Amino acid sequence: MSTAVASSSRPAARWAPRIGRWAQGWIGVIGVLVLLELVVRVGIIPSRYFPPMTTTFGTLFEQLGESSFWTAVLQTLQGWALGLGIAAVIAIPLGMLIGSNMLVYRGLRPIIEFLRPIPSVALIPLAILIYGTGMQSKVFLAAFASTWPLLIQSIYGVRDLDPVQKETAQSFRIPLKDRLLKVSLPGAIPYIATGLRISSATALVLAVTAELVIGAPGLGRAINTARAGGVPDLMYALTIATGLLGWFLNVVLSRIEARALHWHPSHREAAR
Amino acid sequence: MLKVTNLRKVYGSGEGATEAIADLSFEVDKGEFVCIVGPSGAGKTTLLKTVSGLMAPTAGEIELAGQKVVGPPEQMALVFQDYSRSLYPWMKVGENVAFPLRRKKMSKAERKHVVEHAVESVGLAAAIDKYPWQLSGGMQQRVAIARGLAYQPEVLLMDEPFASVDAQTRADLEDLVLSVRHEYGVTVLFVTHDIDESVYMGDRVVILTARPARVQEVLAVNLPRPRDQVETKELPEFAHLRAHVYRAIKGGQAAGADSEGVAVDAGAATGADARRQDEAKLAG
Amino acid sequence: MSRRWLYVAVEIAVPVAVFALIWVWSAGSDVYYYPPLEDVLTTFKDTWVFERFGSDVAPSMLRLFVGYFIAVGVGVGVGVALGLSPVLRRIAAPIVEFLRAIPAPALLPFALLVLGVGNSSKVFVIAFVCLWPILLNAIDGVSGVDPTLVDTGRVYRIPARDRLMKVVLPAAAPQIFAGMRTSLSLALILMVISEMVASSNGIGYFVLQSQRSFAIPEMWSGIILLGILGYLFNAVFLLLERRVLAWHRGARAGSE
Repeated sequence: MSTAVASSSRPAARWAPRIGRWAQGWIGVIGVLVLLELVVRVGIIPSRYFPPMTTTFGTLFEQLGESSFWTAVLQTLQGWALGLGIAAVIAIPLGMLIGSNMLVYRGLRPIIEFLRPIPSVALIPLAILIYGTGMQSKVFLAAFASTWPLLIQSIYGVRDLDPVQKETAQSFRIPLKDRLLKVSLPGAIPYIATGLRISSATALVLAVTAELVIGAPGLGRAINTARAGGVPDLMYALTIATGLLGWFLNVVLSRIEARALHWHPSHREAAR
Repeated sequence: MLKVTNLRKVYGSGEGATEAIADLSFEVDKGEFVCIVGPSGAGKTTLLKTVSGLMAPTAGEIELAGQKVVGPPEQMALVFQDYSRSLYPWMKVGENVAFPLRRKKMSKAERKHVVEHAVESVGLAAAIDKYPWQLSGGMQQRVAIARGLAYQPEVLLMDEPFASVDAQTRADLEDLVLSVRHEYGVTVLFVTHDIDESVYMGDRVVILTARPARVQEVLAVNLPRPRDQVETKELPEFAHLRAHVYRAIKGGQAAGADSEGVAVDAGAATGADARRQDEAKLAG
Repeated sequence: MSRRWLYVAVEIAVPVAVFALIWVWSAGSDVYYYPPLEDVLTTFKDTWVFERFGSDVAPSMLRLFVGYFIAVGVGVGVGVALGLSPVLRRIAAPIVEFLRAIPAPALLPFALLVLGVGNSSKVFVIAFVCLWPILLNAIDGVSGVDPTLVDTGRVYRIPARDRLMKVVLPAAAPQIFAGMRTSLSLALILMVISEMVASSNGIGYFVLQSQRSFAIPEMWSGIILLGILGYLFNAVFLLLERRVLAWHRGARAGSE
């Protein structure tokens, strides 16, 4: 390294700022799409497996007008919403209760730590056994899987409460119910919001998984059907649609999380 | 040795541009200990970052031993203010001090010797195998200083190195720097906001105005060396000098950005004289 | 002090009690999908210790680890590159954001179509999904390195390669490890899914097959095995992380 090296702390291309940050974001996407299109048209990848992007997007737009597509979307969303809802109803109160009592927490911690890493997909056969191959299985799996992140986050949220606040409430002998609702809950909200975001993604994944593996109604099943039926462009179109759905839900929940975290900037790091 | 000419630094561009340094010129001779002092926010850290080559100036030139500085030069070392963030937490003290030496052509044995010597000079021989976060703030800063010394630079830049330590540790560290400077023979450019410190440590004091910074005055410090925390500070000359600096800074602050920044470069001519006087005293 | 012993006692007593409870409650069970715990454990021993180890556990583990380490290699490599260059980061951002949002199972049909029903499609899916947590954490870790640390490296003119290997990477290591840990549990999940959808061997395949042929204790034994594996992976990884990142814990504690 000679002394003649440019001393600017940003030695990278000086043309970058001119192109503009916004444009930079789009360059990548457009670049990849164009590349994919060319690669298939030129024949590097056989179009049997990988139709050109234009065809895929064409199919996607077509689908937007099909009622069967929207039915599938709604079915997936239904599984997601029910799964997440059940998980929330179970995990949040339970988590807060566990988190607020040291004895209960310590007692249940080993069990939680053991059950947590069990891949929920291992329960797919169990779900089939008990609930069959319909929406119920899907909801069961989604709910089971998304309970854990939310439970953990709720526990942390309550435990991370400033001990002084907790002791103040205790010294005034405020009943448990009020303590939970008026003291612990507001402090735990940022954590719960993060937990909801994580659990939402989990619920969606499990819903689509159930549709794929079990054949429960929804986008996952439609994708599989397209594959088995030898209609790759439909398969890809639906995969992209699923990705967009996932991205959309993630954005919505991230916004909610950001709102909840807005008032607690110090929790941002800890809640990760 | 080090020459700064018409240094100017502007951050940002257009509407939101802030001029941190308007026009700075000063010189540091070989072996000198020059302190830079100024009101808070005067751009002292910016100055060091440009002098050390970490940042490019908007205008002006920096010369080290006759060569223009365009990137961090070989013969310069910088001791940061925030020692906890400049020492590598995954390396032990000895490894931290040795790290910059990897590039230099020396045998393993030589390097070990240099590192041990530097660590000993700052009084941390016992901590050489510890991790920085196991040490107190003052000790961590000493590690940073040892690292700078082991590198054996011609010029050592120090950016308010004692701002984050308590007063007693600060006094110890000040004396430490003076003694190792004497031993290693480095030229030092020392930035501080502490007026007492600047007079106590320096051969000359460069006083900056408030932002945008200019050289307000360069003061020669004719206090005898070696300096002593008690004796030197009892001298009437010391009180006189620090009062002078204090008034200058207050005046510079009041004048603010409108000040023309009268660069009374009275010190440049007498700097060499002052040193000769000191050397004569030391010899005598 | 006595409180502490109480907590430890409770930590041991409760799981034991729960275990005993399940044992007793399921012993008299005639609900066929909750067989007696005793049966399940016997079946577990017969099946997995070490009867079906070679035929099912080994191929599963192989797929998992190959996919995982591909994800680690690509994730760290690309992540570091993106972390170092803000321009590249901005260009890549929308693509990354979109790809990572695709629910993993939706990728399986694609993989099956293009790569067939052999090992490569499963390894691909595992690698693809495990890539994202590592990649994103690597990007965050590298781009978030304290500028003072980097400046120190520049001032002392430490060569670029050393700056990367000895400054940037160790600084980003804690975050990269967090990503690797998340990915490891993802790898297990995807291994199971891919084996359930299109495989002729493997733990996931075994569990599904057992259910289909109504070998319920076998099914449960497989589920328990998966649970044990999940727990083990996590525990071992944490131990490893603790050793490699010992300095990090110390530094965090010191700065508080």
